Amino acid sequence: MDGEELTEEETALYDRQIRVWGVDAQKRLSKAHILVSGLNGTAVEFCKNMVLAGVGNLTLMDDRPVTEDVLQSNFLIPPDEAYYSGRSLDELCCESLKDFNPMVRVSIEKGDLSQFDGEFFDKFDAVVVSCCSLKIKKAINEKCRRRPRRVALYAIECRGSCGEIFIDLQNYTYIQKKSDGTAECQLKYPSLEEAISIPWRDLPRKVSKVYFAMRVIERFELSEGRKPGETSISDLPLILRLRKELCDAQSLSESHVPVSLLERMLAAGGKEHPPVCATLGGVLGQEVIKAISGKGDPLKNFFFFDTADGKGIIEDISNSSTS
Amino acid sequence: MASGSQLEAIKGAKVLMVGAGGIGCELLKTLALSGFQDIHIIDMDTIEVSNLNRQFLFRQCHVGQSKAKVARDAVLKFRPHINITPYHANVKDPEFNVEFFKQFNVVLNGLDNLDARRHVNRLCLAAEVPLVESGTTGFLGQVTVHVKGKTECYECQPKPTPKTYPVCTITSTPSKFVHCIVWAKDLLFAKLFGDKNQENDLNVRSNDGTNLTAPTEDVFERRTDEDPEQYARKIYDHVFGYNIEIALANEETWKNRNKPRPLYVRDVLPDNLIQQNGSLENCVTEESVVSSMLSLGLKNPQDIWSLSENSRIFLEALRLFIEKRQKDVGNLTFDKDDQLAVEFVTAAANIRASSFGISLHSLFEAKGIAGNIVHAVATTNAIIAGLIVIEAIKILQGDFENCRMTYCLEHPSRKMLLMPVQPFEANKSCYVCSETPLILEINTRTSKLRDFVEKIAKNKLGMNSPMIMHGSTLIFEAGDDLEEDVAANYALNIDKALAELPAPVTSGTVLTVEDLRQELSCNINIKHREEFDEEKEPDGLVLVGWIAPTQKDTRLVSNGESTSTAHPAVTEMVENSDEVGIAPAKPGTKRKLSEMSEITDNVHDITPRSSRDVNDQVNPQEVEDDNDDVDDDIVILDENPETRKKKRLQ
Ligand SMILES: [Zn+2]
Repeated sequence: MDGEELTEEETALYDRQIRVWGVDAQKRLSKAHILVSGLNGTAVEFCKNMVLAGVGNLTLMDDRPVTEDVLQSNFLIPPDEAYYSGRSLDELCCESLKDFNPMVRVSIEKGDLSQFDGEFFDKFDAVVVSCCSLKIKKAINEKCRRRPRRVALYAIECRGSCGEIFIDLQNYTYIQKKSDGTAECQLKYPSLEEAISIPWRDLPRKVSKVYFAMRVIERFELSEGRKPGETSISDLPLILRLRKELCDAQSLSESHVPVSLLERMLAAGGKEHPPVCATLGGVLGQEVIKAISGKGDPLKNFFFFDTADGKGIIEDISNSSTS
Repeated sequence: MASGSQLEAIKGAKVLMVGAGGIGCELLKTLALSGFQDIHIIDMDTIEVSNLNRQFLFRQCHVGQSKAKVARDAVLKFRPHINITPYHANVKDPEFNVEFFKQFNVVLNGLDNLDARRHVNRLCLAAEVPLVESGTTGFLGQVTVHVKGKTECYECQPKPTPKTYPVCTITSTPSKFVHCIVWAKDLLFAKLFGDKNQENDLNVRSNDGTNLTAPTEDVFERRTDEDPEQYARKIYDHVFGYNIEIALANEETWKNRNKPRPLYVRDVLPDNLIQQNGSLENCVTEESVVSSMLSLGLKNPQDIWSLSENSRIFLEALRLFIEKRQKDVGNLTFDKDDQLAVEFVTAAANIRASSFGISLHSLFEAKGIAGNIVHAVATTNAIIAGLIVIEAIKILQGDFENCRMTYCLEHPSRKMLLMPVQPFEANKSCYVCSETPLILEINTRTSKLRDFVEKIAKNKLGMNSPMIMHGSTLIFEAGDDLEEDVAANYALNIDKALAELPAPVTSGTVLTVEDLRQELSCNINIKHREEFDEEKEPDGLVLVGWIAPTQKDTRLVSNGESTSTAHPAVTEMVENSDEVGIAPAKPGTKRKLSEMSEITDNVHDITPRSSRDVNDQVNPQEVEDDNDDVDDDIVILDENPETRKKKRLQ
């Protein structure tokens, strides 16, 4: 790759990871700009991973105040009221992350991302969204898709002992390494809207149940006008009613969205399970690094993790994948 | 957040973490966030710059400080009210005995070497404390659970041993770059800058082992008045020119091989280039690192230097050692963090590679091979730490049924990037967790008691302070606190052949080897054997009886912040991988044992060079897929009862 060489300082700091992904990938990373909107535990894990990896710029957006729920999965903020009161989550996280790696520029942006002009997104290579409704996720996704240069979108959701990552790389071409050489590989990603609109009957066989459970809760929150995390186990009766409606409409047996799974996802309310955040934030970090560096096979287009069975599953939920 | 019953188990737990490195930092953070209140952490290391890309609890200003202590302080900032007890110490220290281990509900390993892993495994078995073991290499990682009486122990599967190369491959017939690195590092570098009393196979030998060059005066000895540049050129011409000519004389060797090309300074470097070497005095200030790259203006460690650049680096580095590092010469061992040493070894390996028609490598690559450098990224460590905590919580709840070994893959296997597998049962022939005797084939007439202590008791069996008994006679014990007369007696016998000991060890003898600290004892049946195959059995001994179980193992091998569990296919791959070490020419060789064990210590960290290969070879047999319970993961969208039948994968 053209461009400046890494500095001696960078070479020393990133030595061990350059041995994993190479100098070119490291240079691309150092030029990349990532936006993270919504700083839940998984997003914070992700931010840490990107700052350590040496991404060029990281912009944070989350003007919520610090709450107990926030603190319990956040390792960037000391639980000292005198320190955090009156300050927003993004300011506090920014301050702490800057300290992790002086070579990364960490900044904050104020405002409502879903209301921003499309041009705002042009400077980013990837946008990570969490802590917002399905409607807002879709709106941001559409804005990213309409930009002349690809702005990748990642949406994360962590509910109790389960987590989900949605990825939209639009049209992504990369060189795939194979045992017998290399091959150009083209992937066409659907938008979030397109992906979740695919009739359940048309989905590949054996799709993770977490997918359906996430959709049911998401629809519930949308109809109630809530943000993720504002739903709890007390909402279960209403959610079960919605489950029946959706399953009937999609001709899917309700047993594919087990009550026990919904219960596990709702039990903790707004509190995240830190091991799930660490795992999900790690997988997300790896995916963003892959997409930016053009190295490695990117995941298409959903990832699910469930502590109950310990599986981390990739599902391709797109029209091209239906059979 | 953890559920109610989980929180209860977490809050009451006392856990021991071994290692505060890549996995350790992530693990300590995730444990603290998950609600753990009482965490003890042992790590003997101090913080280095190359740790900072992933060990996120550390900052530049912490370089040189104790990892365990700095990690504690960093975590207390966001969880001020929990107890974290750091130990800046080696987990193998006697204070961490069985009693110490017994106070914990679970032990979590985030270690970077096989030796310590084996030690912790034994203490966990003796103290009956469950162990969660982990490791990562690049994008690969794994978490395994070991509970005495319920699962296999960490050592039930034989661990891949470091690759060693026959001496003749290194000294005479290199065919891979790694052979050149071993030659440059363990022979040439050691000869020029190391302890002069060490045995060294640098000079070319003929097949019968006699020294062909046998110089009347030692060319490597620099006369006090000798000009450093003249000396450097003399060494160059000797090792890359003269020695190659000598080797070429042995025509038998080259019948089926490409002949190497002798290289002399006068051919490689035109006069004007040689001159340039002398003019750089002012580039090296007192403060700055002594570097031949710096003084020659070669900046990028990723560049592959030409033969002439390598030659200039070689001459310049040698000159700088003599002029700027005089006090180190004579007692250096190769250190990957010694810039000048890395430059010298890179250049020497490349010149040799050039001579033998092997492709050249950059300093960055050469440093990785010579220093067995771990490939490590933060993301994999974070994932693995999350998985460790999930297993630890299950153990604390007594939910052993649901414990899993989990692999973090680079390429998904059956849609899985994180792949859980049911833990294996204990290997009934494991000498660590069962009482199976071992059989040792060894030449009892030429092998010394020292060989047995170092190679078998310490290296193969992983004991720290072994005690060796012949029936009821104690023939050896390790330790600093022995009575003088006892120690003198051992010293008297240590260099005797096994068959010549006061209580002779011959075919049919049963030796008992014991490590009291590890509470481990095993019996070894001795079988005398005269001949060993230098290529296949370079150690000159064969230890058998420790049979891999018949079940197919699915484990990945990784290193560094890492584990070394064996997957048959991977083991093979690792054995083919470019690890560094030299085997003695034959059992009777005079190479010092201390030197040998040092070489193997360097290479416990085994890195699969190609992670893709590893994944491709993973063919799990016991991957959990379709469970029989109703609430499984398998969604069948079709209502047709025939297709509804669960499909068994394999
Ligand atoms: Zn065992």
